[in-house]
Amino acid sequence: MTGAPARTLLLWCPDWPVLAAEIVDGVPATDPVAVLHANRVVACSERARAEGVRRGLRKREAQGRCPQLTVVDHDPGRDARAFEPVVAAVEEVAVGVEVIRPGACALAARGPSRYLGGEEAAAERIVEHVAQSCAVESQVGIADGVFAAGLAARDGRVVPPGGAPEFLAALPVEALGRPALTDLLRRLGVRTLGDFAALPAGDVLARFGFDGALAHRLAAGRDHRPLAVRQPPADLTVTAEYDEPIDRVDAAAFAARTLAEQLHERLAAYGLACTRLGIEAVTAHGQELHRVWRHDGLLTAAAIADRVRWQLDGWLSGSNGRGGARPARPTAGIIRLRLVPDGVLAQAGLQPGLWGETGEERERAHRALSRVQGILGPEAVVTTVLGGGRSPADQVRLVPWGDERLPARLGEPPLPTGPGEPALPAGPAAPVPPWPGRLPPPAPAVVLPTPFLAAVHDATGEPVVVNARLAVSAAPARLVVGTGRPVEIVGWAGPWPVDERWWAPAEARRRARFQVCLVDGAALLLAVEGGQWLVEAIYD
Amino acid sequence: MAGRMVVGSAALAELVRPASAPDPAGGHRVLPVRPELTGLLPNRGLRRGSTIAVGVGQPGRSGGTSLILALLAEASRAGSWCAVVGVPTFGAGAAAEAGIALDRLALVPHPGPEWPTVVAALIDGVDVVVTAVPATVSASVANRLAARARQRGSVLVPYGRWDGADVTLQVVRGVWEGLGPGRGRLRRREVTVSARGRGAAARPKEIKVWLPGDELTRVIPRATGSGSGSGRSGAGRLRVVVSAAASAPAARSRRGAFTVVGPA
Repeated sequence: MTGAPARTLLLWCPDWPVLAAEIVDGVPATDPVAVLHANRVVACSERARAEGVRRGLRKREAQGRCPQLTVVDHDPGRDARAFEPVVAAVEEVAVGVEVIRPGACALAARGPSRYLGGEEAAAERIVEHVAQSCAVESQVGIADGVFAAGLAARDGRVVPPGGAPEFLAALPVEALGRPALTDLLRRLGVRTLGDFAALPAGDVLARFGFDGALAHRLAAGRDHRPLAVRQPPADLTVTAEYDEPIDRVDAAAFAARTLAEQLHERLAAYGLACTRLGIEAVTAHGQELHRVWRHDGLLTAAAIADRVRWQLDGWLSGSNGRGGARPARPTAGIIRLRLVPDGVLAQAGLQPGLWGETGEERERAHRALSRVQGILGPEAVVTTVLGGGRSPADQVRLVPWGDERLPARLGEPPLPTGPGEPALPAGPAAPVPPWPGRLPPPAPAVVLPTPFLAAVHDATGEPVVVNARLAVSAAPARLVVGTGRPVEIVGWAGPWPVDERWWAPAEARRRARFQVCLVDGAALLLAVEGGQWLVEAIYD
Repeated sequence: MAGRMVVGSAALAELVRPASAPDPAGGHRVLPVRPELTGLLPNRGLRRGSTIAVGVGQPGRSGGTSLILALLAEASRAGSWCAVVGVPTFGAGAAAEAGIALDRLALVPHPGPEWPTVVAALIDGVDVVVTAVPATVSASVANRLAARARQRGSVLVPYGRWDGADVTLQVVRGVWEGLGPGRGRLRRREVTVSARGRGAAARPKEIKVWLPGDELTRVIPRATGSGSGSGRSGAGRLRVVVSAAASAPAARSRRGAFTVVGPA
């Protein structure tokens, strides 16, 4: 606490929420724009300010003053995301940056000012670099302590060493950024920071509490808080350039193995493990292929190599496996491979189960299934995840083996199976949609990926129809599946209507379901959609 | 004295094994099955290394898929890994209801012409391998796969015609309950399963089981939200329980004098 506060350089981007909206959402900041939170203006653009829009105005009042105002919702995440490149640009010039809030970051002025030849030169250099690399206008203030530097940045001033108390003394108490305290001080006749700083510290503490005492210290220019410098994230990406373009799968696999081991070593050096991996390949003609691979366990060196090989295999050979969503064949060989560990976590965080559950058996099965993936392609081995949905096919999502098991839509937790098993305790209370209209158990054991066309006739041989009011024309008596022979229906129930996604015309589906029992003992799930009968599933 | 020691250790050699070695004669030798199915199988379970074929459903004899699910359920719940090859119509919802752990169940829906290689690879690492039998399987390929399963200690469950299986299970008859003319819903099915095989299983057996049983349908899943008050039906009494899903239309077509529980 002895000595003067550290010289601090603070970079401030005016109206940052407006700029962030331009960077992320493309709202032009040169137009009148206001960012609103809870119906109050948080920030506005220069032109909006010229029209009389101020912070704290209501939306209606702001629009009254400036009718062509574009209103953007406040999003702290957007502000922080957009600010990240600015911080990175500052870090290219100077080290030890603390992000005060999105739109302002501070660093110790001593290093850059010595290196770049003076404080003004350093400020100029940083502002220029930020403007060049991010196209963002900013201002720099240099003073003793973060608080004084922040206020100096509003005027773009360099306060000389030891000059912070005089600089602050002239400023109004609103600069403290504490509306309640400011209001009180004004009514007590304290109008400037100098007046406030002149009050005895003990009396301020007794009257205004700890926060008031802190504000008093700041007003007096005694801002001793050291900067909380952020650690730049470690660069874990590995890249390999190839002088000779790779156009054969085996050569690519060989290259991938070396690269994978390199990445694995680098991760291990940081004590990290990779759960999500981006693989980028660039050809001599500049085509790029990027894909992110997820894994529910840890990606070992062999697993990384496998994934690189699968991806390049599919790409270089043009077609492998089903599914037509493959990218077109590249026209030249690969000259650059990059592995970007996307999701990393501390290695110690994952540990096999104590009682074997995830131990050797899992490892064995994993090897076998990976082998099958190697034979047939990664999408050929799947596991199923149950989610929400109204039809048996909707409730199931097929996840390629090794990917994260997440349901497509949330559903009820599975029923307690078996009579003796206790129901599982409720997990974290995520809101579970109820899916009204879903089928009651038991679920059909055979779910047809593409329904069979069918026809249903009544006792007189007339087709059975279901009208818009869900009245069945006659009791179903015979079922014809495809071109087969008619089979007598001995039991039926329905129609159970389902009207899904009517708000999206392309995905809308309106059908009525029936359960039928045939004379030979089979039970089917039928659906009628637009007058056409379908066999959706078989209770086999 | 020394002689006795040698004799003693020789006798122990049969019993003592290193902790890392696979368990040849322990409790894991036979994977458990549901109690009602134990009578069908010679070892009262799925003996590791055996081949247990399930006959594919023919007209009037449906229920093969449910039988497979019932066979896998206990083993999967006890921690075994299962794989199902060549069944693109596999109903995961029914598997979960049968008690199969879906995170330990891998599906290979379309093995294609590589079928023998895929099945052989899975036998190496997975405890129970269910595979739909392609139309043309030569006897030598079948024998090789069965021998591999025997050697690796996996259970091979071919779904379809398979000569030389240790046991062949076949659904003889299935009768659904719960669906009347224009009312009710499917609730449970009484299935007659026959087993015939070789060796200890040579004598044909036949049992009746509920597949799926009614333990699922007795508990109506409580939908979240206020509008669905479906509770539990009385344990032994005959009531039509209308779930939130089927309530409106079923109520409209209700003709019998049944009690309707739920939001009619």
